[in-house]
Amino acid sequence: MAVVFQKTKGLTDKEMHYCPGCTHGIIHRLVAEVLEELDVLGDAIGVAPVGCSVLAYDYLNCDMHEASHGRAPAVATGIKRVRPENVVFTYQGDGDLASIGTAEIVHVAHRGEKITTIFVNNAIYGMTGGQMAPTTLIGQKATTAPLGRTVEHSGMPLKVSEMLATIDGAAFVERVTVDSPANVRKAKKAIKAAFECQLAGKGFSIVEVLSTCPTNWGMSPVESLGWLKDNMIPYYPLGNLRRPEEDK
Amino acid sequence: MAKILMKGNEAIGAAAIKAGCKYFFGYPITPQNEIPEYMSKELPKVGGVFLQAESEVSAINMVYGAAGAGGRVMTSSSSPGIALKQEGITYIAGAELPCVIVNIVRGGPGLGGIQPAQSDYNQATRGGGNGDYKLLVYAPANVQEMVDLVQEAFDAADYYRNPVMVMGDGMIGQMMEPIEFKEVKTRRELPSKPWITDGTKGNRKPNIINSLFLDAGELEDHNIRLQAKYAEMKEKEARYENYNMENPELVLVAYGTTSRIVKNAIDELKEEGINIGLIRPITLFPFPEKAFEDIPESCKGFMSVEMSMGQMIDDVKIAVNGRWPVGFFGRSGGVIPTPTGVKNAVKEMLGGAK
Repeated sequence: MAVVFQKTKGLTDKEMHYCPGCTHGIIHRLVAEVLEELDVLGDAIGVAPVGCSVLAYDYLNCDMHEASHGRAPAVATGIKRVRPENVVFTYQGDGDLASIGTAEIVHVAHRGEKITTIFVNNAIYGMTGGQMAPTTLIGQKATTAPLGRTVEHSGMPLKVSEMLATIDGAAFVERVTVDSPANVRKAKKAIKAAFECQLAGKGFSIVEVLSTCPTNWGMSPVESLGWLKDNMIPYYPLGNLRRPEEDK
Repeated sequence: MAKILMKGNEAIGAAAIKAGCKYFFGYPITPQNEIPEYMSKELPKVGGVFLQAESEVSAINMVYGAAGAGGRVMTSSSSPGIALKQEGITYIAGAELPCVIVNIVRGGPGLGGIQPAQSDYNQATRGGGNGDYKLLVYAPANVQEMVDLVQEAFDAADYYRNPVMVMGDGMIGQMMEPIEFKEVKTRRELPSKPWITDGTKGNRKPNIINSLFLDAGELEDHNIRLQAKYAEMKEKEARYENYNMENPELVLVAYGTTSRIVKNAIDELKEEGINIGLIRPITLFPFPEKAFEDIPESCKGFMSVEMSMGQMIDDVKIAVNGRWPVGFFGRSGGVIPTPTGVKNAVKEMLGGAK
């Protein structure tokens, strides 16, 4: 009998801890599938962040390095400079990457560091219990913005991909989501292109993946996907913001 | 090998490269800038990598990544910069990775100044970052010793899988002295590194570099294991020098630059007929408590002499354990104590003791 679908070698057998409806599991799987399909699982060194995906090192079946809050790009830089022949990536949430680690992500892009970043944006701090993130939408409620985020108080939500796309060293920048089977396929394609960019030595590559947080948004998983589509995508439009010249 | 004249900070870089250091991540701060400058010039010549990070926080996290990937790696900074690096240092200690951290100390607190000081003693020996951890801390008193200890620091880091700090001050970093690079011979059998992250190649289970233990029992076990390592350091690594310790009326305790000034004061006091001894800690952690075991009966008391407001004095008091009175003389803010200042403090304490 022909095998049409099976577990990727890129994931361990460890049961994931994510909340029901959270899309971290899908995104982990896409990263794992891409590493397996590119045949670089044995060369890969990943860096996990602080936040919901802090335990990513238990799930991805490759060498992993746990970083402190926001510093994954710096840790990945150290790894890549020692092991330029390896495939090095960071997996980071929006609290980690867009707030405490803004300097690190900007400068890793600025140096054109040949690493790949998977940036999961769910517009809220998940693991610490639903506090406001730099990516929290205007009007969106959070435990530290109980009446909803306002521009006057906290400024506009930070568009990380647009910001990084202005930096010369960023070779590949794309925003995707995983709210539907079609978008999951597009997300995988972008993740694969980002890793190929690293393998070709073209510079820094990042894929921002819009994700859900049913627990802290106070919604069902299905409602969350609808809220993402209706609220996040209009502010954080999907699409490629930057790719190497010859790939255009 | 002939002796050469070299500035302290540059000698640190040269010693590191001779010890096999291939990676340096740092950020400029006075008075240690000659170290990254030297590394940027010399490391590429030996196939190594120098990278100027965007901040001290990034630099130490690059060290964390590089050490995890198996690189022989160093960073250097000065006081406020080392304060910023504390986050990374506790992670490196928690994940048990080897690296060398150089601190060329300047006055504080805060931005302080850029003149020599020893006011980072507590930061170096009491943690500085969160959690129960220790660094092996060397405190050289001259440029030659700095060279020797930087070379030794890399081996000690590998042996213990622990960050090792070499703590000088602005004076040693900036002064020129004749030095000799000795043939580097390790006195330790260095362990292999099966734990590094260099890709599984499909031949082994993934390696994970980590300091996170969500289970309280597991974290306690980890801490108990770390403490056993620190206990081994206490047993094997404590170093000190004795000076004029035959029949001292008073024993001074001083390290680094201060110890050189104290030696001058001791020599001058001897001419006045006052016999004073010196215990010079070469390691600040472990503090050389053994040096306080066989003290001649002539000793009436101890005095900690520091370029700070009294930080090492706590370790002196612990080592003395109530057997003698412990006095203090210190200057701070970048003011360097003079032999006359030390002599007056000694006479005052002896007068008080009499």
